Amino acid sequence: MDRRKIEENIFKSLMLASTFIILSSLVIILITVIVNGLPAMNLAMITQTPKGGYYLGKEGGILNAIIGSLYLAGGATFLAILISLPVVLYLNVYAKKGSRLVIFTRFSFDVLWGVPSIVYGAFGFTIMLFLGVRASLLGGIIAVSLLILPIMSRAMDEVIRMIPEELLDASYALGATRFETALKVVTRQAMPGILTAVLIAFGRGIGDAASVIFTAGFSDYIPYSLLRPAATLPLAIFFQLGTPFPEVQNRAYASAFILTVIILIISIVSRILTRRFTKHIVK
Amino acid sequence: MRYKRPLKDKLASKFMLILTILSSLIVFLMAFGLYQRSRSILATKSLTELLFSTSWHPLKGEFGFFPFIMGTIWVTGVAVVIAIPLCLLTAIYLSEYAHRRIREWTKPLIDLLAGIPSVVYGVWGVLVIVPLIKNHIAPFFGRISTGYSVLAGGVVLAIMIFPIIIHVSVGVFSSVPYEVREASLALGATKWQTVKHVVMRKAMPGVIAAIVLGLSRAFGETMAVLMVAGNVAKVPSSVLDPAYPLPALIANNYGEMLSVPLYDSALLLASLVLLMVVLFFNIISRVVLTRVEKRVQ
Repeated sequence: MDRRKIEENIFKSLMLASTFIILSSLVIILITVIVNGLPAMNLAMITQTPKGGYYLGKEGGILNAIIGSLYLAGGATFLAILISLPVVLYLNVYAKKGSRLVIFTRFSFDVLWGVPSIVYGAFGFTIMLFLGVRASLLGGIIAVSLLILPIMSRAMDEVIRMIPEELLDASYALGATRFETALKVVTRQAMPGILTAVLIAFGRGIGDAASVIFTAGFSDYIPYSLLRPAATLPLAIFFQLGTPFPEVQNRAYASAFILTVIILIISIVSRILTRRFTKHIVK
Repeated sequence: MRYKRPLKDKLASKFMLILTILSSLIVFLMAFGLYQRSRSILATKSLTELLFSTSWHPLKGEFGFFPFIMGTIWVTGVAVVIAIPLCLLTAIYLSEYAHRRIREWTKPLIDLLAGIPSVVYGVWGVLVIVPLIKNHIAPFFGRISTGYSVLAGGVVLAIMIFPIIIHVSVGVFSSVPYEVREASLALGATKWQTVKHVVMRKAMPGVIAAIVLGLSRAFGETMAVLMVAGNVAKVPSSVLDPAYPLPALIANNYGEMLSVPLYDSALLLASLVLLMVVLFFNIISRVVLTRVEKRVQ
């Protein structure tokens, strides 16, 4: 056989092998979490808060962390929507295409997207020192909303950018102001895409530990106020895994299973939304 | 009534403009905030002294970051070495060889890999990689290791940066104009020769940018590394030694930092250093990628 043919075949099989390795790493991770987490699951895990001595292997569950994470990611997502939706609408409807502000804002979101979450945590901590807030649900919400802001904005920007110019022109031709166009035409046309962006950001927010370790604190109780410390699922996993007791470590696996299931659900829902969106887009 | 709608439009416009400007300034705000807080430690010692000293004794007021910086470099280095060949081969396969259906089928899986929280990666590392190194890899080289090591951190990080490198490089490969490939194929080159000599050459800057983006992600990743790297404040001398990367240091000491003088300032300085390094990498690779994007249009 031709030497070139041999080289072609060698590299083609290397490529297939690499793709296989990368995809199977995902499968192995999911299987590991399921195999170790599922047997340790029980109803108490998701319906009870930790009782006394929980971290020594006694009764209880991690309801505090589940609720805490939902509050925290929910609050942060809400805050991030309030900032990123107007910004993205401004970039796509108001600002002149290709203006310096547009380029600079997109670039800065790209760069922010690469900033590690621990830095957001540290920055959130400096904001809290500045405001005089202690480690609390509020502190966590601030740090996580900053963390997911670039993720959400970039995802929204990508969808809104695809809206055809003619649609805006049609709206202007009917006498609508830009504000009305942004709110009633652009937002509506991009709604499934916007929801996907929100879900992706929520998923990132609920799974992140490094940004909340300084800012949200940890507590065995479900927070009833913004100024209370809140437990989060990733930190609960981390702390339970750090104990020397196998029973508690098993609970860490179960908690990791719960977190993974939440992430999987979010990812599947957002996939369905994306599919719907591409079906209805005006071409 | 007639003026209400234009007025609303004007107000909304101003409000959105202010939000846009503010949010594009967050990067500067972060650097400024962290700098303000790290000034008190910079007043006692110079930055170079802090970065290159190996003495880490917070209680004595000695904050040498060198072991942690080396820990980060080791772990990141191992991750990048593992990730580069696997990611490039996969990206080439997906963009040049694979059927469209395979591409559509793998994309969500790789996205999912990107969506898994880092703490879950950490749990997986503790359950799979750490025992593997302890029971098989270290004994194979005649070494004793707890398994919590540079290698464990590197493997976990490599998997965590797969998605970003693949995603960005597939984009870069598909930005290479199709005519260039056709010209090469028409001259009788095989598909692999075309990839090697034509596509790769055209895509090189973008591919390097993709790798740098992956590298900077690995550089700042915290929880997974904290869980598997061993956390011993010593410069590692082999991949089977434990390491204590900078992000892990920051995350691990949130409890004590307010009770020891200057400790919080030292940790916030560490975050500032991390931010600056990552910003540097990110800005360079984003500039390169923006150029690549422009070429397509």
